[in-house]
Amino acid sequence: MSPDRASRRVPVVITFIVGLMLSVMPLPESVQAFRPDWLALLVIFWTLQLPRTWSVGSAWIIGIVLDVSYGTLLGQHALALCIVAFITTRFHLLMRVFPLSQLTMTVFSLLALYQFILFWINGVAGVTAPAATYWGPVIVGSAIWPFLHMFLSGVRYRAHSGG
Amino acid sequence: MVASRGNNRNPARIPALGLRAIALILLSIVVMYFDHRENHLDFIRRTVGAAVYPVQLVVDAPVRFWGWLGESTTSRNDLELELGRLKAERLLTNARLQRLTALEAENARLRALLDARNRVRDEVRVAEILAVDANPYEHNLVIGIGTRDGVYDGQAIVDANGVVGQVIKAGVTTAQAVLISDADHALPVEVNRNGLRTIAVGTGEIDRLDLPFLPNNADIRAGDLLVTSGLGGAFPAGYPVAIVNSVTRIPQEPFADVEATPAAALDQVREVMLIWSQPRNNEEQDRGGDRQ
Repeated sequence: MSPDRASRRVPVVITFIVGLMLSVMPLPESVQAFRPDWLALLVIFWTLQLPRTWSVGSAWIIGIVLDVSYGTLLGQHALALCIVAFITTRFHLLMRVFPLSQLTMTVFSLLALYQFILFWINGVAGVTAPAATYWGPVIVGSAIWPFLHMFLSGVRYRAHSGG
Repeated sequence: MVASRGNNRNPARIPALGLRAIALILLSIVVMYFDHRENHLDFIRRTVGAAVYPVQLVVDAPVRFWGWLGESTTSRNDLELELGRLKAERLLTNARLQRLTALEAENARLRALLDARNRVRDEVRVAEILAVDANPYEHNLVIGIGTRDGVYDGQAIVDANGVVGQVIKAGVTTAQAVLISDADHALPVEVNRNGLRTIAVGTGEIDRLDLPFLPNNADIRAGDLLVTSGLGGAFPAGYPVAIVNSVTRIPQEPFADVEATPAAALDQVREVMLIWSQPRNNEEQDRGGDRQ
């Protein structure tokens, strides 16, 4: 069972690495504000699908990696991702039976919450960040969610049927 | 939906989820507190940073490859162009230099005839810029020599192209200087073409100076070179300051609207030169007198 479990984690880890690359990829200044929170989307998807393997702990570690990559306050993204993962895990049974449209709306709220936590921590820590960038990632993130969901379901299917 | 892994669909609750979440949230807050207050967590940043470094490399690879490609395909052409340009420039400079020697001799003869004091040759020393003030409203920088080397408050700083600024606070080994583009800085200049005197005021923009005190009928036009007049006392005379880039004459206004671009590359210099315009021991010698 154990090596089997480990091999099942590999595809998920690869999606997280690709997500991290997309998150730190240099983009033109004008597009920067609309970069979706790839890792938040991935954390939502995988905690929804495999809540026993991917939950608050892994979300926290991914958040720390993101904090180091972005040079933000250490623990900021970790806290936000941890809370998002907690809510997703807590309600994963409910969210799994949602139709895709309703799930997308839920993801929208989760992304908004994620951005709000980041924004709020910035405010408390006295880091000035423009408020205008708040909604860009949330809207773009929920817009790509259906496609990401389909793609990752394919990844999951392939990974877990002996691929 | 896929149904290959039964145990994930087990409706049983995830054990101790809330407890783990609360523990991690508290841990985040503690980590953030320590990261914000002190820099005790640098080792975490370094360790995780080292682990993430390959990802950064992969992400940067296309950009760097593109840059490398561009460099290796165009550089030969560019180098040839630059070589040609430099050769031409050297020829020109040499020619000017020859004339300069003759002019200097002539100048000395004429000065002797006028019985004027020989103009002191400016003493110059190169200093490195150590730091630039990040405050966008003040154009300050810190240079690497101080009073130990004879730097004094108000001393003029130039680079290869023109005046950069002046020392405002001379420390023992470093000195703080203000750029001519600082909004609080003004220096007396004259138009090189006709000797028209005025004052160039910094605007707070690194590439713009204002000349606010020129009447509408003043003989000044775009392209005029402004040099230091030496009348303010701080700057020695004759160093290029800026080139006029626009003159707007508004009929009802008493003064023309004149803008100039600093001759020195204020935001690109790494080394600057400090000028001792008079012998270091007698600072009270006249400064503008040799111009009359």
